[in-house]
Amino acid sequence: MVKICVIRVGGTNCDEETKRALDELGAVCEVIHFKKIVKGKKKLSSYDALIIPGGFSFGDHVRAGAILGKEMKYVLSKELKRFVEEGRPILGICNGFQVLVEADLLPGFGGGIPQAALAINDSARFECRWVYLRVESGGKCIFTRGLKKGEVVSMPVAHAEGKFVFPKGKEEEYLKKLVGGDQLVFRYCNDRGEPARRKYPENPNGSFYDIAGICDPTGMIFGMMPHPERAAFGIQLHNWTEMEDIPEYGDGMSIFRSLMEYLGCGG
Amino acid sequence: MGKVKKYRAKVEVRLKSGYLDPEGESAKKALIDLKYPVGRVSTAKVYEIEFAASGLRKAWMVVEEMCKKLLANPVKDDYSFEVEEIR
Repeated sequence: MVKICVIRVGGTNCDEETKRALDELGAVCEVIHFKKIVKGKKKLSSYDALIIPGGFSFGDHVRAGAILGKEMKYVLSKELKRFVEEGRPILGICNGFQVLVEADLLPGFGGGIPQAALAINDSARFECRWVYLRVESGGKCIFTRGLKKGEVVSMPVAHAEGKFVFPKGKEEEYLKKLVGGDQLVFRYCNDRGEPARRKYPENPNGSFYDIAGICDPTGMIFGMMPHPERAAFGIQLHNWTEMEDIPEYGDGMSIFRSLMEYLGCGG
Repeated sequence: MGKVKKYRAKVEVRLKSGYLDPEGESAKKALIDLKYPVGRVSTAKVYEIEFAASGLRKAWMVVEEMCKKLLANPVKDDYSFEVEEIR
């Protein structure tokens, strides 16, 4: 039996959609308030994986994802360190990705200070629509092992701060590290899989190198701006009413299926 | 160790240059519409924080730590602050 913890705080969204997708695959998925873990009423160690969903955790006050990220880093540091060392996967979706970056878990180059940020979209707007993603992972990221490198998938984004940036002057060095370590997982692209080259609207936010999702050096911690749980079922697809044969699942399900397979509950 | 005193810090966090600041841009456009020939307009967040510390030097160090740990992300934010004793 696989037990998965979906963390929620004030401002979280899509926690129920995430649970619904995982329930479909046979996981025992619990939506737990972060404070219950902080206060020890729920133990992180009793779960096989942790998911930080989207939304606007703590109202996105201070910065998007900052408060939850820093509380994870400083208040929950021991439990989280053990969780990661024991090889339990962590997924951050949208705001959850921002949280993992603020918690210094992504890109996870070490050094104790943030090595990336998710800045305001170049369009200065909240971008809420479907985008294409090209799989860049060569297999390190455990959340995309069900997908092939070069494959194009489609999922929706919904964010105002999704522009992935490295520190100025470090871009090329960090990109080399990211690509060399097989940590680049998803890039925004067009429907033919050609990189967006930072062009709008294929790249919805102006992300450096069209980065949409990255993992840490172990492949166990993964963050992505698009929402797989909003593309998990066929009837969530934007054009499902026009389809003659509605597929049972959407591309997003592959993220959760890959996780389940990693945890030994595939099929 | 000095006696514990009360301090007030005023922390300003702003985006580094080159990062989009839509609120600053909107304000700039509006100011130009109001016939002010303004150049760059940028916004910043200001936190006023009251706290206790054993001396000004210690208080300063604590605020520096607050900025690094939470209030600013060094990748995209610059910060500055002043600290004064509350009498």
